[in-house]
Amino acid sequence: MSTKLRRTKASVVGDVSTYLLLALYAAFMSLPLIYAIVQSLKPYNELFLFPPRFFTRNPTLMNFRKLFDLTSTSWVPFSRYVFNTVLNTILGTVVHIISAAMCAYPLAKNKFPGKKTMFNLVVWSLLFTGGVTEIPVYLVMSYLGIVDTYFAYWLPEIAATMGVFLLKQNMAEIPDAMIEAARIDGAGDWKILWSIVMPSIKPAWLTLAIFSFQRNWNATAGSYIYTETLKTLPTALSQITAAGSVARAGEAYAASVLMMIPPIIFFIFAQSSTVKTMAHAGIKG
Amino acid sequence: MATSKQREVELLKKKKLSFSEKAALTWRQMKENKINYLMILPFMVFFTLFTIIPIAASVVLSFTRYDILNTPVFIGWDNYLRMFLEDSVFLIALKNTLKFAIITGPVSYLLCFIFAWFINDLPSIARAFFTVVFYAPTLANIYFIFQYLFSSDMYGLINSVLMNMGVLDEPVAWLKDTKYMLNIVIIVQLWCSLGTSFLSFIAGLQNLDPSLAEAGAIDGVRNRFQELFYITLPQMGGMLMFGAVMQIASSFAVGGISSALLGFPSVDYAGHTITLHISDFGHTRFELGYASAIAVVLFALMIVTKVLINKLLARFSHD
Repeated sequence: MSTKLRRTKASVVGDVSTYLLLALYAAFMSLPLIYAIVQSLKPYNELFLFPPRFFTRNPTLMNFRKLFDLTSTSWVPFSRYVFNTVLNTILGTVVHIISAAMCAYPLAKNKFPGKKTMFNLVVWSLLFTGGVTEIPVYLVMSYLGIVDTYFAYWLPEIAATMGVFLLKQNMAEIPDAMIEAARIDGAGDWKILWSIVMPSIKPAWLTLAIFSFQRNWNATAGSYIYTETLKTLPTALSQITAAGSVARAGEAYAASVLMMIPPIIFFIFAQSSTVKTMAHAGIKG
Repeated sequence: MATSKQREVELLKKKKLSFSEKAALTWRQMKENKINYLMILPFMVFFTLFTIIPIAASVVLSFTRYDILNTPVFIGWDNYLRMFLEDSVFLIALKNTLKFAIITGPVSYLLCFIFAWFINDLPSIARAFFTVVFYAPTLANIYFIFQYLFSSDMYGLINSVLMNMGVLDEPVAWLKDTKYMLNIVIIVQLWCSLGTSFLSFIAGLQNLDPSLAEAGAIDGVRNRFQELFYITLPQMGGMLMFGAVMQIASSFAVGGISSALLGFPSVDYAGHTITLHISDFGHTRFELGYASAIAVVLFALMIVTKVLINKLLARFSHD
C-alpha cells in the first residue's frame, strides 16, 4: 500500500501497541525454533548437561558432520532419498494446484446441475479424520496397481480436498463483471481460468503451494511403499537417527533443522511473490 | 447465453414440472455445461477413489465387526452402543476432545484472524518477517521440542529455570501429572495454531479490493475497527468459512501432539482424545469396525459444529 490511496489512519498508540504485541508474540513463537537450532549445534556432552543451558558454550557442527557420515553408511545411496523427495514434492505440488484450480473454477463461477452437492462433498470430506480410511485406501491403491510405485505418492495429491475449497472461496470473490467481460471478448472457460482467474488469485494459489510443498516434503513412505529405493528423505532420516536413539540425539536435531530449510526457503520465496497482486485491477481500468 | 440459463432455472423453481420434463431440462443443462464437468473430472475421479470410497467403506464397516483378517460381520448398532455404554475410556476421550476443541478452536481462529489482520497492514519487509516467524512452527513441525522443555526431571528447561528462581523445590512431572497434562497440550496446540487458517486469511486479505477501503475512508470510516467491521469482514465471508472448517478439522482431530508429548497411553488417559482412541483400535487392536464407528461419531460432531458456525457466519457471506 505505498500508493496514494487514501486510507483510514491508524493512531500512533495503535501502531506502537500493535508492534509491541507482535514482537512479544514473535519471541514466544520463535523460542522453540531457536532451541532446535541451538540443540543441533551443541556438542554431545552439553546436550545432557545439568543444569541445562539454553545456549551452547562450544558451538560445533559435529552433529551435522556425524549425520553426513551416517548417510553414507545407508544401504541405498542417500542421494536416492533426496531425489525421491524432491521429485514427489514438485510433482505433487504441481498436479495438486492444477487439478484444484480446474475443479474450483466451475464450482465458484458457473451454474450447472450437481454443483452444490459436489462442493458439499468436498467440504464434508475435510471433516472426516483419516485414521480409519487407510485400509480402504490401500485396497483402492492395490486395485489400481500403484502400491509400491511413485504414483502412490503423487496421484492422491490430485484429489487433495483442501485446495479446491481454498481456491473456490477465493475465486468466488472475483467480480462477475470481470469474467463476463472476458466472455464477451470471446474467451472460453479454459482461457478465462488460466489468464484471468488464476492471476488475480495469485496470493491464494501460492499459499496453497506452500501447504502442498510442506505436506509433500514431509511425506513419509507410509504403508504404501516398501521398496527401499522408493522411500523418502523423512523416512530415511528417521530410520538412521532412531537406530541409535539417545546416542544419536544430536544427529536427530541436526536432521530436523536440515529438513526445515527447504520448506522455509520455499515459503519465503512464495510469500515475497504474493505481495499485493492487484486482484481488481481488471475492472478498475 | 447466461440469461436463457437463468430463465430456465427460474422456470424450474416456479412451475411444477413433471419428473420427465425436469429430467430432460437437467440433461439439457448438463450438456450445455459439458466444459464444466470436463474441468472437474480429474479431481472428481481421484477424489472418489481416494476419499469418497474409503469414507463410504468406513461408514459401512462401522456397522460390522472387522479384524482385517476375517470377513466383516454385520452387527447393527452394537459398535455405537458399546461406545457410549461400555467404553469408559471413550467417554474420557470425548470429554477431553470437547474441552480441547471448545478452547483451542475459537482461540486459534481469533488469533489467526487478528494476526493476519495486523500483519496485512505492515510495511512489506516487516510483514514478511512476522509471517515467517509466526508460521515457522507449523512449517518446521518440531513440537517434540516441548518434550525437552517440559521434561519431568531436573534436566527439563522449565523445571530448571523455575528451580533456579526458587519457585519450585523439586521438579514437576509436567507431562505425567494429570493436573497439567491436557493444559500443556492445549498450550502447544495454540503455539502451532497460526497455520493453515492464518496463511489463508493473509491471502484473503491481500485479495481485497483496496478501492473499497478508500471509499470507506471518504465516507467517514473513522478508525481501523470500523474499517474491519464495515469494509473488510463483509468481503471475507468465503475465507472466514474456509478458516472455520479448517479450524474445526484441526481442533477436533487433535491427537498427534498429545501422543508425542504425553506418550501413549497417557497417564490416566488424561491426554486421551478421540483421534487417539481411533488409532488405538484401528492400528493397535485391529478392531476396525469399532474404530470406524468412533470415526463416524467424530465426523457427526464436526458436521454439527460446522452447521452451527455456518449460521454464525451467515451474516458475512453473500450466498
